[in-house]
Amino acid sequence: MHLLEVEALSKSYRQIGGESTLAIGEISFQVEKGEFVSLVGPSGCGKTTLLMCIAGLIPASSGMVKVNGAGISGPPKNLVLVFQEYNRSLFAWRSVLGNVLFGLEVRGKLSREAEDRARHLIGLVGLEGFERHYPWELSGGMQQRVAIARALAYGPEVLLMDEPFGSVDALTRLELEDTLLKLWQELKTTILFVTHDIEEAIYLSDRICLLSRRPSRVVRGIEIRLERPRNQLTTRADRRFVELRNDIYRQISDQAVK
Amino acid sequence: MKPPGRINLPGLVTLLAVLLLWEGFSRGSASLQLYFPPVSRILVSLYELMFFRELLGHLLATLGRFAAGYLLAAVLAVFLGIVLGYSRLAYSFSEALIEFLRPMPSVAIIPVAILFLGIADAMMVAVTVYACAWPVLINTIDGVRNIDRTLLHTGRTFGLGRWQALRKIVLPGASPYIVTGLRISLAIALILVTTSEMVVGGSGLGYFILDEERSLQTSNMYAGIFLVALLGYGANRLFVLVEGRVIAWHRRMTAGETV
Ligand SMILES: Nc1ncnc2c1ncn2[C@@H]1O[C@H](COP(=O)(O)OP(=O)(O)OP(=O)(O)O)[C@@H](O)[C@H]1O
Ligand SMILES: [Mg+2]
Repeated sequence: MHLLEVEALSKSYRQIGGESTLAIGEISFQVEKGEFVSLVGPSGCGKTTLLMCIAGLIPASSGMVKVNGAGISGPPKNLVLVFQEYNRSLFAWRSVLGNVLFGLEVRGKLSREAEDRARHLIGLVGLEGFERHYPWELSGGMQQRVAIARALAYGPEVLLMDEPFGSVDALTRLELEDTLLKLWQELKTTILFVTHDIEEAIYLSDRICLLSRRPSRVVRGIEIRLERPRNQLTTRADRRFVELRNDIYRQISDQAVK
Repeated sequence: MKPPGRINLPGLVTLLAVLLLWEGFSRGSASLQLYFPPVSRILVSLYELMFFRELLGHLLATLGRFAAGYLLAAVLAVFLGIVLGYSRLAYSFSEALIEFLRPMPSVAIIPVAILFLGIADAMMVAVTVYACAWPVLINTIDGVRNIDRTLLHTGRTFGLGRWQALRKIVLPGASPYIVTGLRISLAIALILVTTSEMVVGGSGLGYFILDEERSLQTSNMYAGIFLVALLGYGANRLFVLVEGRVIAWHRRMTAGETV
């Protein structure tokens, strides 16, 4: 049994005029327990839509999502989505610590241990000393780390991340990638990661699902057999890394021509 | 905005200057004194009325109606506002009615209220509730509707139910709007209470002011007016104090943006 299964999922949005746009053509893939899988596809191909369907926040038009073998009909308990608009997903009236504690509070697990766990995660994402700050007092990259810490503190089995590093500078981005890998290994979470940065996907993942333009389909699944722990310098300089990147680029530009 | 709690010195100077000017004018012309008794005499009247006559009773009557009407309106309007802000259906059914009733000056319903409730306290409180409910209602609806969808989605992905979302996201998210409505209503409450007291008579500062004017006790009349003004001022200070505790995050956030 797979931890997460997406079966022939499609989604169309109804427009105001009455016609509908098909955002997701038909997508199927599986994610195994403990895996780090990336979804790569061009902007507007329906990645956010797909994650929202998997998170049970919007209904799919057809097909289904299964978690641990059971079809979902709402937000699954053991799965959390980190939103693309992280700055809009933080609670402005809660401090960093208050935000990170949010998920535990909802579960009714507010205790000494919960707070210790929250503080530990805040430290792991590099925000030690900012516990009492408010989200609007932080930079974009710091806000994103709060969102990540909040999701991890909840202790989900599956973490969905929607272009989490899309709006931070290149240096911070490398740093956050390594932080994420460290956390993933430490917490043994399963991660489904959306990006349109091919190198980022290769660097982080066990496997990549390459999506086509809208209406999107899975064009190809690519296993990434680079050793872990990965390293920003040596892994990216590895011959296999470069080959994978070229291969994927070629595939995408072929598609663009068609 | 100036930080609350700090004394505004230039403002205080202006206020004192106006009072002194008033005092001087009044003392300068005996014919003016009926209309503008000197401030010092008004203050003496205020003191005597408060401690040796019935003004304290009128103050308490007004205060009671004011507090009852305002608080009732606040609870009612926040509740209704959340329902109407949350439910598209409820809103579409009530929108036309709201748009029709809202622009009507609330004092216009005083006769209707007298018709149904007589001239008891209940009538004055009812009128106050009606008038105060509007700004709170409209602002609460706005606040609830302006809550970012991403925040609601965030709640759901963490397994928040509808009721929990109401308490943990909708209420705090809409609180800056709700507070704005509550602040507007505070002034409205005092207007409606004193106006209906003038119409109904019997007790309250509104009644007292009008009654003293009719018997040409202008210095007493002004004493009553000063007292209403002080009541309004005090209520506002109290409000700002509570507001500072409830939505401190919001003030700091918006203050930060303008720097
Ligand atoms: N709420 C909505 N209503 C109608 N159409 C929508 C809605 N959300 C997205 N779409 C449409 O669905 C398609 C996919 O959007 P989506 O946001 O899922 O893309 P994406 O792959 O996440 O893009 P990006 O990489 O830029 O974030 C787009 O064509 C968009 O116009
Ligand atoms: Mg997106």
